[in-house]
Amino acid sequence: MKRSLPLILAFIVGVIVLLSEFIPHRPFNQIVSTLENWFMIIAGFAILLGQISLIRMNANKIANRLPDWQYHLAGLVSFALMLIFGLLWGMQETPGLLGDGSGISAWLGAKPFDYLFENAYMPLSATLFSLLAFFIASAAYRAFIIRSLESNLLMITAVIVIIGRTSIGTMLTGWLPESLSFWHIPNLADFIMEYPNSAAQRAILISAGLGIVGSSLRIILGIERSYLGGDK
Amino acid sequence: MRLGMVFVLLIFSCLLCANSFIAQDSPWDDGRAVDLSWELSPMTRQVSIQRVNEEGLLVDVHKSTLAKGSFTDNNLEANETYRYRLTADFANDNLVLITEATTVEQWFAFRKLGFLLLLLVLSCAILYYIHAARKGKDFFIRRIAGLDSMEEAIGRATEKGRPILYVPGISDLDDIQTIASLTILSHLAERSAEYNTELIVPCRFSMVLSAAKEVVKEAYIKAGRPDAYKADNVFYLTDDQFGFVAGIDGIMLREKPAANFFMGSFYAESLILAETGFATGAIQTAGTAQAHQLPFFVVSCDYTLIGEELFAASAYLSKDPQQLGSLKGHDFGKLMVILLIIIGVILQILGISALKDFIAGAAS
Repeated sequence: MKRSLPLILAFIVGVIVLLSEFIPHRPFNQIVSTLENWFMIIAGFAILLGQISLIRMNANKIANRLPDWQYHLAGLVSFALMLIFGLLWGMQETPGLLGDGSGISAWLGAKPFDYLFENAYMPLSATLFSLLAFFIASAAYRAFIIRSLESNLLMITAVIVIIGRTSIGTMLTGWLPESLSFWHIPNLADFIMEYPNSAAQRAILISAGLGIVGSSLRIILGIERSYLGGDK
Repeated sequence: MRLGMVFVLLIFSCLLCANSFIAQDSPWDDGRAVDLSWELSPMTRQVSIQRVNEEGLLVDVHKSTLAKGSFTDNNLEANETYRYRLTADFANDNLVLITEATTVEQWFAFRKLGFLLLLLVLSCAILYYIHAARKGKDFFIRRIAGLDSMEEAIGRATEKGRPILYVPGISDLDDIQTIASLTILSHLAERSAEYNTELIVPCRFSMVLSAAKEVVKEAYIKAGRPDAYKADNVFYLTDDQFGFVAGIDGIMLREKPAANFFMGSFYAESLILAETGFATGAIQTAGTAQAHQLPFFVVSCDYTLIGEELFAASAYLSKDPQQLGSLKGHDFGKLMVILLIIIGVILQILGISALKDFIAGAAS
C-alpha cells in the first residue's frame, strides 16, 4: 500500500492534468491552479523540514568540532540573525512582533532585516554572480584551444560572433560594398546566431520535449518508480 | 456647389457605413475572454474601448490609434454577457459604437488538436514499444557515454576514498528535470552503497530534500547497506540561487569530492559550479535540458547528458526492458518530428501553410 497509493495518485493526477490541457471547461481549467496551490501549501510546510535539516547538519559539525566548523557557525549565526530581526521588526511594509521598528529604522536607515539584506546579502550575491565573468574567460580559453577540426571550427565561430557583437566588427568590414554585405562581420555573427545556433538549440529542445513526454508517460503508468525510492 | 455637397455627404456616409465594432466570444477557450475587433474611418485619431462593469460603470480596457485593429479582453467571468463601448475620435467629431458578447466555456481546445494528435501518436508508439519489450523483444539502445561513465566515477571516488557530490538541479519538485534527476540519484546511491562510497546530496528546496532523502535511503536498503546510509549527507542548503552555489562551491573546495554530478535544471550558476569542480580535479558529469546551459557544461565537464539523455538516463541505467522499450518510443518520436519538418518545409516552399498552421495552433 505504501508503494501503490503514490502510484495510483500519480496516475490519477497525471491523467487529470493531461486532460485539463485540452479541456478548457470547468472544473478542468481550475485543476492545474488548484494543484499548484496545493503544491505551494505542501512546500510551505516542507520549509520547516529544510530548516531542521540546516540546523541539525550545522549544529552537528560545530558540536563535533569537525574541520572548518567555524563556517558552519557563521552560517547558523547568519540564519539566526535574519530570523530574529525579521520576527522582531518585520521587513519592508510588514510589521514584526515589536511593531514596525520605526526607532531602529531611523537609526539604521532601514529595518534591521532590510538593512542586512541590502548591505550584506545583496553584495555577497552580486559578488558570486560576478565570478561568472572570470569563469567564462577560463572556460572559453580551454574550449578555444585548437586540438581538432571541431575545436578549430568552434574557435573560428566564436571569434566571428565575439567580434561581430562589438564595434570592432563594424569597423573592420564596414567598407565592404552592399553586394558583399553578407560577409560584413556583424551580419555573419547574426547569421550564425539566427540559423545554425537556433537550429541546434531547437533540436535539443525538441528532443528534450520528447524525453519529457516519454518520462511523464512512464511515471503516469507507474513503469518509472525510482523517484519513489525503489522498484518494489 | 450642390453636387459638391452631395459628393461630400456620400463619402461621409460611406465612411460611416465602414465603421464596425464587433465583440465575440474567444473561441475554444475557458470562456474568460472576448475578442474585440474594429474597422473605422481612416481619419480616426484615437480609439478608446470601455467595458460596462457589474455596477454599470464604464471601465477602460484598451486604447489605440489604429483605425483597424483587434484586442482580446481577458480575465472575464465565464457564461456572462459583456457590453463594450468604442469611442473613436476624429478631427472635429467623435463616434460611439456599442456591442456585446457572451462568454462561453468550451469542452475542447480545438486549436490544440494538432498537439493532441502528435501526443497520441507518440504515446501510442511508446506504449507499443513497452508492450513489445514486455513480450521479450530485444531493442538496440545506443550507448550514452555520460551514463556509462558513472561506474568509472564511482570507482575513482572509491579508490581515492573521497565522496561523490550529487546536485539535483536548482528547481523544485514540480520540474520534470528534478524528477529525472532523482531517478538517476536512485541508481547512483545504490552503486555508491555497494562500493561503500560516501554520497553528498545538497538540496535547494525542502520538497526536493524530502524526496532525495527517501530515494537515497531506499537505494541503500536495496543495496543491502542500510547501516551505511548517513541522513546528514542529504541536506538542505538554502533557497537562494547564489547562496546555494556558494554552499556547493564550499563543499567542493573543502571536501574535495572525486566525482561531481550536476543533473537537473540549472541556470546562471551552471558554469560557476562546473568550473569550481574542474578546478578541484573531480571527474564531472552533467545533464540538463536547459539548452542555454549545455555549452557551459560541455566545456567544463567530462561527460554531458544533452536534453533527452537526462530523461532517458533512468531507463538506460535500470536495464529494465519495459523502460528501454519506452526509449525506442522516443526514437520513433524523433523520426516523426524529422518527417514533419521535411514535409513542412516542402509544403511551405510550395506555398501551402496548412500543416504549419495546424501544428502552430497549439502554441497560440
